[in-house]
Amino acid sequence: MEHIRTTKVEQVKLLDRFSTSNKSLTGTLYLTATHLLFIDAHQKETWILHHHIASVEKLALTTSGCPLVIQCKNFRTVHFIVPRERDCHDIYNSLLQLSKQAKYEDLYAFSYNPKQNDAERLRGWELIDLAEEYKRMGVPNSNWQLSDANREYKICETYPRELYVPRIASKPIIVGSSKFRSKGRFPVLSYYHQSKEAAICRCSQPLSGFSARCLEDEHLLQAISKANPANRYMYVMDTRPRLNAMANRAAGKGYENEDNYSNIRFQFVGIENIHVMRSSLQKLLEVNGTKGLSVNDFYSGLESSGWLRHIKAVMDAAIFLAKAIAAESASVLVHCSDGWDRTSQVCSLGSLLLDPYYRTIRGFMVLIEKDWISFGHKFSERCGHLDGDPKEVSPVFTQFLECVWHLTEQFPQAFEFNEAFLLQIHEHIHSCQFGNFIGNCQKEREELKLKEKTYSLWPFLLDDQKKYLNPLYSSQSQKSAVLEPNTVSFNFKFWRNMYHQFDRTLHPRQSVFNIIMNMNEQNKQLEKDIKDLESQIKQRKTKQTDGILSKELLNSVRPESPALKATLSLKEQALLPVNNVLRTIEGSSPADNRYSEYADEFSKAEPAVVSLEYGVARMTC
Amino acid sequence: MEFAELIKTPRVDNVVLHRPFYPAVEGTLCLTGHHLILSSRQDNTEELWLLHSNIDAIDKRFVGPLGTIIIKCKDFRIIQLDIPGMEECLNIASSIEALSTLDSITLMYPFFYRPMFEVIEDGWHSFLPEQEFELYSSTISEWRLSYVNKEFSVCPSYPPAVIVPKAIDDDALRKVATFRHGGRFPVLSYYHKKNGMVIMRSGQPLTGTNGRRCKEDEKLINATLRAGKRGYIIDTRPLNIAQQARAKGGGFEQEAHYPQWRRIHKSIDRYHILQESLIKLVESCNDQTQNMDRWLSKLEASNWLTHIKEILTTACLAAQCLDREGASILIHGTEGTDSTLQVTSLAQIILEPRSRTIRGFEALIEREWLQAGHPFQQRCAQSAYCNSKQKWESPVFLLFLDCVWQILRQFPCSFEFNENFLIMLFEHAYASQFGTFLGNNESERCKLKLQQKTMSLWSWVNRPSELSKFTNPLFEANNLVIWPSVAPQSLQLWEDSEAYLLK
Repeated sequence: MEHIRTTKVEQVKLLDRFSTSNKSLTGTLYLTATHLLFIDAHQKETWILHHHIASVEKLALTTSGCPLVIQCKNFRTVHFIVPRERDCHDIYNSLLQLSKQAKYEDLYAFSYNPKQNDAERLRGWELIDLAEEYKRMGVPNSNWQLSDANREYKICETYPRELYVPRIASKPIIVGSSKFRSKGRFPVLSYYHQSKEAAICRCSQPLSGFSARCLEDEHLLQAISKANPANRYMYVMDTRPRLNAMANRAAGKGYENEDNYSNIRFQFVGIENIHVMRSSLQKLLEVNGTKGLSVNDFYSGLESSGWLRHIKAVMDAAIFLAKAIAAESASVLVHCSDGWDRTSQVCSLGSLLLDPYYRTIRGFMVLIEKDWISFGHKFSERCGHLDGDPKEVSPVFTQFLECVWHLTEQFPQAFEFNEAFLLQIHEHIHSCQFGNFIGNCQKEREELKLKEKTYSLWPFLLDDQKKYLNPLYSSQSQKSAVLEPNTVSFNFKFWRNMYHQFDRTLHPRQSVFNIIMNMNEQNKQLEKDIKDLESQIKQRKTKQTDGILSKELLNSVRPESPALKATLSLKEQALLPVNNVLRTIEGSSPADNRYSEYADEFSKAEPAVVSLEYGVARMTC
Repeated sequence: MEFAELIKTPRVDNVVLHRPFYPAVEGTLCLTGHHLILSSRQDNTEELWLLHSNIDAIDKRFVGPLGTIIIKCKDFRIIQLDIPGMEECLNIASSIEALSTLDSITLMYPFFYRPMFEVIEDGWHSFLPEQEFELYSSTISEWRLSYVNKEFSVCPSYPPAVIVPKAIDDDALRKVATFRHGGRFPVLSYYHKKNGMVIMRSGQPLTGTNGRRCKEDEKLINATLRAGKRGYIIDTRPLNIAQQARAKGGGFEQEAHYPQWRRIHKSIDRYHILQESLIKLVESCNDQTQNMDRWLSKLEASNWLTHIKEILTTACLAAQCLDREGASILIHGTEGTDSTLQVTSLAQIILEPRSRTIRGFEALIEREWLQAGHPFQQRCAQSAYCNSKQKWESPVFLLFLDCVWQILRQFPCSFEFNENFLIMLFEHAYASQFGTFLGNNESERCKLKLQQKTMSLWSWVNRPSELSKFTNPLFEANNLVIWPSVAPQSLQLWEDSEAYLLK
């Protein structure tokens, strides 16, 4: 690898991010083609994928060495001290090169090899089938049909090939409408609610300027409205703040004029744009990274970052959408500017509120494939996969995941998956280890031949399903239940396990989820034991009826029976490791928690990592 | 019956009740000496029984002949009653006002309450100091049970029996008491079996401006140290406040006179600062319409979580000194009845597995709060809706329970009880049918003859049928010291204590 000059540096210190006393671990730093690896004196490994690196910073030289600070897109922050400046410089330069690739072909996914054959890989890609999904929703039907207008990406490059539109919308109407919409993204079906016969449709802003009209576009909206026999009006949701939408008119874009469209109810919902979101997250991370943060600084930082305000705005928009469909049976057309950021957030979250299927593990994958991947959310630009325009980077998808997390907190029984599932997906939108999130639209993905050259993430998540199951999930109570979250401000909390997922000292020390999962496992094991024992009894009884009443049988009633003993000890063996896990308390020590400035003085006698008397340090995610 | 005079209108029909989480109910409102009752007369489930002593404040409003009384409870609930007829409404309001602010403790409900359940174990005798000492006696040979305060003459806020160093006789204790605020001489609060180190608590030393000293006090404190060991004195006040206290005759231990001890100052707020914090917090929780920025800035301005962090940090520091440093500690603030008890009791939660069981936690409350003389009657007289700014009302105990809840959130399997248990204790500390939290200290409780005249909360709680509601199904006993995280990102608003406010 031409970028790597130094592959191994010894005596590197890894500083504790929040320690005020500069506590550190000493170990060896390795640089590989794909990862940065730190192994400390206790043989604990810290792996950092190059693609996860958001920024590398070399600070001024100190007496103990040259500090290197790496911020990752998965919110890991590491602070190394490299003894020799030359080494530090080499690593710094290599990481700069390795973390920002110029070509898609250099991304990890193109070299990642999980040792599957071609057939397996292909099956992985076919796991999520959107045609199946539309069928599940109940389209095509008498009102909605599959349009071949974009089969060759002729009308809209950023849309998928297969689009569903109202049956009465002819091709000229579609083509006409697409010319009146930013980037040709004309109104198409995103979700069809079978029992209400109402639809969620999505598009980009109209090129209305101050007064322009387009009859085809008006017709298409009317067609969407007519495709819903249950209600004669439809909502048009512009997810932008009114001011932004008005400003767009000067650029020949804008929003629908209610006078020109029959029976539409127009609504702004005020979600800010990608640039506001990017700087909001940045502020949030700055506050969080502060050493010795006080409660008041934390909350005033949380407030001034505006992050939770933005999350609430997205959630409120999705609730508006879901209510329009569930309570009024009205169809809704959603757009923002280009219709691939805020529109994706609102459409997907709205569908998730309406349809319990999307709250299952597989359904959630389908939802992401549909509203995010296929409709052209620009993952590569928003996640900064390649060395590109930093102004295109924005945590739009992260916000979506956070909204889902808030829902899982309010409705702990409604979701089949747990927090770890959301965190894992977040990990992989940036990892570029799988092909799913590479590229900005379907056309680009086809050109990159991702399905031939890379693997899909979903089968790997499904294989690991056990880790992502929510033990509290109750599928029965969720049948056709629409979620109605409460968005009073105090229901929104800081998502510690996302933004501090690698800062384990801040985490709860025992996980209820793990314990319930383990209990479930134990129960299963016990039930199996009962069955085994019952079948043994049966066998013995058959022997008895055969008339072979022997000494052996008499023995078997007694507890000393060797057969019984064997099963019992077997059971104990099976249970033991589970019990150990149960008792594990995540390693923690008073020094980790920095109760006072006296901590350094107190901790002099402590080893670098203190685990509790019986506690074993263990990674969670 | 004196109550009859206060009840001008005992009964009103067609009253509509609005309360959180329930649909509105129409029914008959009745006032008794201790309760406000609303019954729909159709279904027994639609009844409201509210103790007058739970009422923190009331507001009246009139629209034509329809009067509305808004009752704000000490447990933060807000209840609205629509009462037809202006006169009835005014009568009810003034009766409630009078009945909820009775001066005499002996008129309180616990003195009238007759339990409907069978008492299996009398809670008044569940946690006697002798029994508690017995638990340790095999391991603690350097300590003894002293009855120097038998008549409450040495220290009015201490119980008759306290644990003190064996080497110090009762005469010396009497001398030390004159040198400590409120006569609160240093006593044993907790003995750490692992290394024999101890937590002691006391009132501030009365050094005054001229640096008075007391040989017996120095001797007592030093008697708790083993040869060659050092100890820490944790003063819950910042240094400048402790220095100011000297002008009023109080003060802190001079290092020159206590050479084996190192003093650490922390800053835990007290009194009205905490009360105002609670008022602000509840006020902003009650405002459902505010946007995110306003909510966050109000939450910040309430300082509630800052207090939580400060108290937890100090408790962790104390536990750290004991368990990690192997040093004994003495904790005090000014009186030694508020922040001191928060710290000593939380340190035990962290260090001592027994205090994380239901029984052990009850014993902890009995020992470190009731026996130790936390003035419940004064502190819990009013809650978040009070207008009067009296100096002695303060949610000290609620803050302690909140801190326990924070630790419970971080160690959900290490506690035998669940958060309902904590909420129950909070509710009973402010308004109860039981006598447990009446009075300000043991001496007052004895004078009131609570043991004979009222029922103990523990008699009711410790029955299997009640216990099942308060038991944490995920509890798995562990003998570990549990170190919580005190980072702001790890602390949360305890909404369920505010549960009545939500929705």
